Amino acid sequence: MTTLTNPSSRAGTPGWLKALASRFTGAELAQSGKQLLLPTIGILIFLGFWHLAAPQVNTSLGAFPGPAQVWEQGGQLWQEHTNQRERADKFVTMQEERNARILADNPDAEVKIRDYPAAPTFLDQVVTSLITVLAGFFLATVIAVPLGIVFGLNHYFQAAVNPLIQIFKPVSPLAWLPLVTMVVSATYVSDDPMFEKSFLTSMITVTLCSLWPTLINTSVGVAAVNPDLLNVSRVLRLSFWTHVRKVVLPSSVPMIFTGLRVSLGIAWMVLIAAEMLAQSPGLGKFVWDEFQNGSSQSLSRIMVAVLAIGFIGFLLDRLMLMIQKKVAWNE
Amino acid sequence: MTKAHLELTGVEMAFETPKGSFVALDNLNLKIKKGEFVSLIGHSGCGKSTVLNIVAGLLQASKGGCVLDGHEVNSPGPERAVVFQNHALMPWLTVYENVELAVQQVFRKSMAKQERKDWIHHNLELVNMAHAANKRPGEISGGMAQRVGIARALAMKPSVLLMDEPFGALDALTRAHLQDSLMEIQQELNNTVIMITHDVDEAVLLSDRIIMMTNGPAATVGEDLRIELPRPRNRVTLADDPTYVHYRQEVLKFLYEKQRKLENIKTRKASSTDQQESTAQAAGA
Repeated sequence: MTTLTNPSSRAGTPGWLKALASRFTGAELAQSGKQLLLPTIGILIFLGFWHLAAPQVNTSLGAFPGPAQVWEQGGQLWQEHTNQRERADKFVTMQEERNARILADNPDAEVKIRDYPAAPTFLDQVVTSLITVLAGFFLATVIAVPLGIVFGLNHYFQAAVNPLIQIFKPVSPLAWLPLVTMVVSATYVSDDPMFEKSFLTSMITVTLCSLWPTLINTSVGVAAVNPDLLNVSRVLRLSFWTHVRKVVLPSSVPMIFTGLRVSLGIAWMVLIAAEMLAQSPGLGKFVWDEFQNGSSQSLSRIMVAVLAIGFIGFLLDRLMLMIQKKVAWNE
Repeated sequence: MTKAHLELTGVEMAFETPKGSFVALDNLNLKIKKGEFVSLIGHSGCGKSTVLNIVAGLLQASKGGCVLDGHEVNSPGPERAVVFQNHALMPWLTVYENVELAVQQVFRKSMAKQERKDWIHHNLELVNMAHAANKRPGEISGGMAQRVGIARALAMKPSVLLMDEPFGALDALTRAHLQDSLMEIQQELNNTVIMITHDVDEAVLLSDRIIMMTNGPAATVGEDLRIELPRPRNRVTLADDPTYVHYRQEVLKFLYEKQRKLENIKTRKASSTDQQESTAQAAGA
């Protein structure tokens, strides 16, 4: 917050104040410079250390990749993706032309439209993972926030359900996964499925693991509403719904968002593990495939995935923070 | 004597504690007329707030009860609006929205939309807070927030206005300013008010009656003092007024001679905050 300048303090001020203000901004510039400089130095030191240490670690697939190899593989993966997009575009236009020709000859002919048959690229996997994590997180939020409100409002309910929460909260996604897989295959039977089964399995696993922090934080936030505000609500004789909407919910929004941020972080971690184990499409599968592939580039490509996972996790958290700042009254 | 507007009869309040029941109030009787400004004064822990909460309906008396305009009080309601010590404004709502929440709830059916809007603005103007209508409680000072708290309570058009140490958390200058505002508003609206206070000057300056409470446990009304000073009252001219000084002494005598709070460590387990409060009061008075 120190980098924020106050524009009103500089408009139409006398000379000596201006001098003071310019000094002030000078100091602020230095401050923001420091804020950029120190992380940059940290990253550079890390890269240098990595560069020096990586060749010392020898594996059956060759030396551990350094930053240069990883960078190169990053470019490679991007290249593969654009190449495949071009081929896919070509395939689609060719198919359209062919179908147009067939239809011109015989308007009643049945034309086939096929998708380009190719393995998903790294970027496709990233997109799949993102969609899955957001879907799972959304489902977790839709379940956890209302339940948390109910638990927070009702002590009896909370006491009854608390042991269950405490027991299910620490369960690893890997333990849920076989059960979820079996249940999904048994119950989601459809000739024209709207979702892939693998998508549902990953998504439900993510939901089961990530709803706890939101649930707990929401119930704590709801139970901790300022007693004075509760008395105001009683004096005004607010109806139950108005009370929840106008008093309880806004008051616990900061706590709910803290829970949501933790949940989203867990959701992202859980998803990668679930995809690896279940072989559902996504970044986890990419990592596992590369590991099984075992080429000389595999380790570099896995490292690209590791960095991508970290970076996306960071971006997701930032996104939540931005939403929190828009929504929460205490920000 | 005219029929009582608000009547507390034989009120007893016992709280269940792990060590058995604790009787906070015992056989408390009080009659208040319409338009009367009554202060409740007494040492910390004497059950002043309990009395107020029973009238508000936030607490249920163990025995006896409270009747307002012929109806028994057994739940909270806007006709007994409360001004809380720490304003109790919703921090996520603006000043306007805070008052709106109350007005919306109380006059949803009886006022048109524009009428409600005007009524909210009218009440904000009454406490001189119209200029900050779009600010949040976090952006205004404690004194300003307390004004809004008063506006919110007045906007409910209560038959009794209950004030729980409304100026206790404010500095002396702000407090004096708000007391003057409250007297002006009271002159205009002539509400029935019950106010809890620790401050002897505040009680004498504002009230028509001062109810002095004995020390707890089993507290009750100790003395009932009528303040017959003409209104409008002015704190500066009253400072030398012999009647005013006399009333002030009456209250001080009650608090520090008749009901002197004995701080005997062995028998009374007064919490440290309690002690601090009472010493602060002694120093202030």
